[in-house]
Amino acid sequence: MTLDSKPSPQAILRQINWSPYLAGIGIGVLCWIAFGIAKDPLGVTTAFTRLSSLFALPILGAEGVAQNTYWKPMPLHFDYGVVFLIGLMLGSFVSALVSKKFRIELIPSHWSERFGGSVVRRFVAAFFGGGLVMYGARMAGGCTSGHGISGTLQLALSSWVFVAVVFAVGIVFSVFFFGRKWGHS
Amino acid sequence: MMYITPTQLLLALGIGFAFGWLLHRGKVTNYNVIIDQFLLRDFTVMKVMLSAIVVGGIGVFVLVTLGEAKYSVKDANLLGVILGGALFGIGMVIYGYCPGTSLAATAAGSIHALVGVFGMVAGAILYALTFDWVKAHILNVWALGKVRLPEWTGVPDLFWFAALALGVLAFFAFIERKIARK
Repeated sequence: MTLDSKPSPQAILRQINWSPYLAGIGIGVLCWIAFGIAKDPLGVTTAFTRLSSLFALPILGAEGVAQNTYWKPMPLHFDYGVVFLIGLMLGSFVSALVSKKFRIELIPSHWSERFGGSVVRRFVAAFFGGGLVMYGARMAGGCTSGHGISGTLQLALSSWVFVAVVFAVGIVFSVFFFGRKWGHS
Repeated sequence: MMYITPTQLLLALGIGFAFGWLLHRGKVTNYNVIIDQFLLRDFTVMKVMLSAIVVGGIGVFVLVTLGEAKYSVKDANLLGVILGGALFGIGMVIYGYCPGTSLAATAAGSIHALVGVFGMVAGAILYALTFDWVKAHILNVWALGKVRLPEWTGVPDLFWFAALALGVLAFFAFIERKIARK
């Protein structure tokens, strides 16, 4: 990117660090479209859970998945929620390519500074942490998208309780997990 | 049998694409940014979320008032929401991503995010397998239904949105001044 006084539209598209306020306002406007036109609020985990039933087929068999009381009312189809997840991954992928920020990352720096350079250790933690995230999201009925943005903007009681608990627990637990020195600086 | 109309397909792809793009450009697909938020060293995550909530909330409220949109509120099964939120918060500190950002980070090249996506698949399957028990013992505790703050408190929508917008603006001003002083 050049340091011209006025950045071209192409330069803005390539620029990686958009203001977080701009990104947030953009997501807010997306919510207008999602509610007003698509009639389907932004959300990730409901469709993700239905996709996960594919991976349960080898364990439970087709009959076991079809009869499961959780999946039964919402069987997996190629529908709005599933296509949305594909779009989400495409958007991030293209953004990373256009800004030349596509990076293969095995261990993030904050992790290695605290827990060392073992890829296995990071992968085990990511798998376990991801499992907790999804189990919790399903028990609560949504995640940072469905509750954290789509739900809170509707002033839903459940969603405000959810984000308050996530941040309170996350802030306290991160101090223990990453060590006390991280709380300062 | 078709489960999606061509219009819905384009909308899902387009809205999803823009959402993924904005998550990446807003830097919340970055592990360090998310962890720094929990450690209160960087407020990018809260800036993105709160801007989206205020802008989205006021716009959607106008749409609902005009009859152009409907609210779809999730059940306030408060024990499930609290326990689930606690597991989610702990998991997010260990993993570093939430479900949306994990998929976006995977698409931007993060391999450990992809490993966690398989962990999320395992978590979803485990939930489906334990659903009967959870439903019978947790989801029915403190179940208040699909309730919104205005109805629950008797304070009208306009007051909530005004307080939310002002509170968020004051919070942003406070954070920016703190950063400027550093």
